[in-house]
Amino acid sequence: MCGIVGLFLKDKSLEPHLGEMLTSMLITMTDRGPDSAGIAIYGRESNGRSKMTVQAADPDHAFAGLEKTLSDALGAKVAIAVKSTHAILDIPAGATQQVRDALQQINPDIRLMSRGDSLEIYKEVGLPKDVAEQFDLAKMSGTHGIGHTRMATESAVTTMGAHPFNTGDDQCLVHNGSLSNHNSLRRKLRREGIHIETENDTEVGAAYLTWQMQNGATLGEALESSLDDLDGFFTFVVGTKDGFGVVRDPIACKPAVMAETEQYVAFGSEYRALVDLPGIENARVWEPEPATVYFWSHNAIPTSSEKAA
Amino acid sequence: MQTIDLSETGLRAMNKALHAQAADTNQTAWEIVNPKGAHAIACGLDAPIEVTVKGSTGYYCGGMNQQATVNIHGSAGPGTGENIMSGKIVIEGDASQYLGATGHGGLIVVKGNASSRCGISMKGVNIVVQGSVGHMSAFMGQSGNLVVCGDAGDALGDSCYEARFFVRGTVKSLGADCEKKEMRPEHIAILQGLLEEAGIDADPSEFTRYGSARTLYNFDVDNAGAY
Repeated sequence: MCGIVGLFLKDKSLEPHLGEMLTSMLITMTDRGPDSAGIAIYGRESNGRSKMTVQAADPDHAFAGLEKTLSDALGAKVAIAVKSTHAILDIPAGATQQVRDALQQINPDIRLMSRGDSLEIYKEVGLPKDVAEQFDLAKMSGTHGIGHTRMATESAVTTMGAHPFNTGDDQCLVHNGSLSNHNSLRRKLRREGIHIETENDTEVGAAYLTWQMQNGATLGEALESSLDDLDGFFTFVVGTKDGFGVVRDPIACKPAVMAETEQYVAFGSEYRALVDLPGIENARVWEPEPATVYFWSHNAIPTSSEKAA
Repeated sequence: MQTIDLSETGLRAMNKALHAQAADTNQTAWEIVNPKGAHAIACGLDAPIEVTVKGSTGYYCGGMNQQATVNIHGSAGPGTGENIMSGKIVIEGDASQYLGATGHGGLIVVKGNASSRCGISMKGVNIVVQGSVGHMSAFMGQSGNLVVCGDAGDALGDSCYEARFFVRGTVKSLGADCEKKEMRPEHIAILQGLLEEAGIDADPSEFTRYGSARTLYNFDVDNAGAY
């Protein structure tokens, strides 16, 4: 199973309520995924700075003094905001790789959840309502976000097995389904030098997109080629700095419902997830077509491109 | 008219109330409000009652239905009317995937579009869709009729047996062993009857009939290499 939700706001006045709306959608999808939950939220960029979300199993110890140690290691100011097991690092623009290297030296148990200018990812094991509470997700504001509730099938219930997965700067992926060729693809991607941490199938899907984009593909092209190279069932929702994208495999067994009004574009694994959104009664509600890549962006008109199955 | 507010009554109590209706009940009209996409609304009914759901439903609404009429004033989630035996389900909006799967009898009417796998493994149910249907519709259909007033998606009627498919618009592709058939007077009559029962105004002569080419019924030694 697994549940996916996504919300892309067109109406700026709703931005302070993004966390609240997404949290409610996420909790409705608990039946589809009680094992772990996660949310990727795109807030306003901090001027000329980048950010990283990191996680530690023992935050009290891992994050104590990290601000100073990291600042010293980088020779530049790093600010840290701790939220439960996660911490948001406010770092100089473009310093992502340096910070990764420094963290590896300082404490290899600190794990990277996300990197970019506006993206933050929070994910943990547990019921969606508990995860949402743990990180106070309902209080977050932002322009768009995606969330996931996981019912684990093929790999362990761990924080690193929870979605969303970070695929690149300000990019992330959530998945409902199961990939059947993830073992061979993982071997191939590791040979190409792509870092894959777990035995999880979706992480391979995420790594695949990262690899494609490192080789010059756009996200849209990477998603289109995923239809050829990934074997199995999937509904993917990808978050980008400007919006989100949706693609379903050609068989399209995994459910997907979308709703659009003047105020927002919303995604849910089920209509239930959308029922509390404002004006849903008069929204345009439809199911995305199989093997078709859709994008909504704050910077461009929506697009969809069909790929022959 | 009995009205049940699903948000107050809860799913089990609501279905229990509907299940408690006997064949000679005088409470024949029921209205369910605040469905909010809930699953399994009005499932397993077996009495000549009419249930109207005011809003959109989730998985399996009207599943296993016998005798009852279920009206959905909204769109319907996956597996609506699964294994329907008799009675009628009318969906004012769109229907999600595998509408009427394995249905043995009765009628399902969709005023909007139906998604993929509409009527999969149908065994006698009649399904009339005013709009279009998605890919793999009537996969392994064994008996009954699927009427599509719009277009059909890829692989219509793949591996079908004796179910009949009537499509007014285009068919993106036919599934394995499904072929175009001649529209004889008896088929026009069947289609006319179904359209009337569904309350849809369409000219039967504009439809094309599809069905099984019957080449997959028996093992063919020439196909041995494929196994």
